[in-house]
Amino acid sequence: MKLITAVIRPDRLREVKEALFRVGVTGMTLSRVSGHGGEREIVEHYRGSALVLEFREKVRIEAAVSEPFVEPTIRAIVSAARTGEVGDGKIFVQDLDRVIRIRTGECDGAALTPVTADMVQARARQAQVEEVAS
Amino acid sequence: MTPTISAGDTAWVLISTALVMLMVPGLALFYGGLVRQKNALNTFMMSLSALALVTVQWVLGGYSIAFGPGSSLVGGLSWWGLANVGAAPNAAYAATVPHLAFAAFQAMFAAITVALISGAVVERLRFSAYLLFALAWTTLVYDPLARWVWGDGGWLRSLGALDFAGGTVVHVSAGTAALVAALMLGRRHAIARGGLVPHNVPFTLLGAGLLWFGWFGFNAGSALSASALAVTALVNTHAAAAAALACWLFLDLMRSRRTTAVGAATGAIVGLVAITPAAGFVTPRAALVIGALAAATVYVAMQLRARTKIDDALDVFACHGVAGILGALLTGVFATKAVNPAGADGLLAGNAAQLGVQALAVAATMALSGAFTAGIIVTLRALMPIRASLGDELTGLDATEHGEEAYHTGDIGEIAGGGPLGGVILIHADEESEAETVAA
Repeated sequence: MKLITAVIRPDRLREVKEALFRVGVTGMTLSRVSGHGGEREIVEHYRGSALVLEFREKVRIEAAVSEPFVEPTIRAIVSAARTGEVGDGKIFVQDLDRVIRIRTGECDGAALTPVTADMVQARARQAQVEEVAS
Repeated sequence: MTPTISAGDTAWVLISTALVMLMVPGLALFYGGLVRQKNALNTFMMSLSALALVTVQWVLGGYSIAFGPGSSLVGGLSWWGLANVGAAPNAAYAATVPHLAFAAFQAMFAAITVALISGAVVERLRFSAYLLFALAWTTLVYDPLARWVWGDGGWLRSLGALDFAGGTVVHVSAGTAALVAALMLGRRHAIARGGLVPHNVPFTLLGAGLLWFGWFGFNAGSALSASALAVTALVNTHAAAAAALACWLFLDLMRSRRTTAVGAATGAIVGLVAITPAAGFVTPRAALVIGALAAATVYVAMQLRARTKIDDALDVFACHGVAGILGALLTGVFATKAVNPAGADGLLAGNAAQLGVQALAVAATMALSGAFTAGIIVTLRALMPIRASLGDELTGLDATEHGEEAYHTGDIGEIAGGGPLGGVILIHADEESEAETVAA
């Protein structure tokens, strides 16, 4: 199990999200972050004063995945987030000790498997349909 | 001959009164956009509360001090509560509109002048101190100054100083007061570290647009008639603002290769300030020159100000003081009786003496405003703490002075929510309806 953390351009989030869904990674957490990489600094002018903006807006994606999904996840992010310009971001991969699904108490692989998540969604949708029908 | 009321003139003065009133919320937007998010409401409130306080003061005694019967320095109180100010025109001020309409028009000028000063002291002045300052300043500085320049028998008016719509009375006086107040109040905590950036530039642009719109009432309304003179003033006003904005874009481009939006808004205001004393006395060609010169001068003034330790936060002295002084002096250069026979010839029309009179009016205005502003602040400081504490300044005056926030952004702190005040549980309407649904 790995925790994959990617810091990407906000403009590429849509493509990255779609690429992750295509390889079956549907569980992720997003946050807006600011950071400093190798980009050129932006200078803003307001009347008599100039201001150098050192930090750029980025989006951080965190996804915990089981071993078979690690490489596909990394490939998906790299292919969707890359523009070739300085500032495309980074991917960090870390080992995970434990994962617990809060709803069921399932652990580790069982808590991560996207297939299960899909089944849960399908069951939930089915239950909704039945409720409406009755 | 009994004075006759002109319906057209009266309609124009009424509309102009409303236009100048709109400049107050316009200024609130202009200033409010330039401050940081945590002080947005405080900055808006400074303009809006000035409108209220100064109007009350104007009705009670301000109008009488400025325009009532009295000496060449100050009017008496015989028109207090607007007594004896009614439907009949006063020929000394506006011969064809009800006297009361003139008083209302002038009230808006008094209000916006105080609001202009607020830009220098934002983000650190305690609000209660600001309210007292506003009342004292309008009474001790604005009212006598309006007397000097516009009042029947006022000494600068008798001397022949030209000030069509308030270049000295409004802008030089407010600009000078702003500089003195900023110096005496001291700098904001964060200024040394930079990062004091506008929180909402579109507000500032919208505010500048509303100010430009209202300025047609300010300047063309000062003709006090729906006449060719009003048309001249309106065209000059528009031409100067346009020239100044265009000039500012060019200067921005030269300096940083980028045209800034804050710069465009600033340029327009600077042009409007500079044309104010000249609007009814010069040709449209001169108006273009005045606008462009004002933009260039103020541009340099702002660059220099930013290198000093003076924290005139929103550059009120540069925008209104410097542009106002320049406009008053250039009125003495470009004025011509060919445009307005009731005015005077300036330097270019062969009357160099007019420039001297204009300079005297500027010097007298700065002396009065500077001295009394300092006196008011010294007095207030003896009575109460006028500066927000460091903690309040860091928190932001919206929360500490008003107990409100300009924007609820739904960030994590708000999701976590605060506890109910004093243990009272507030149930919102939608929660109630949800509870009902569950019960059903």
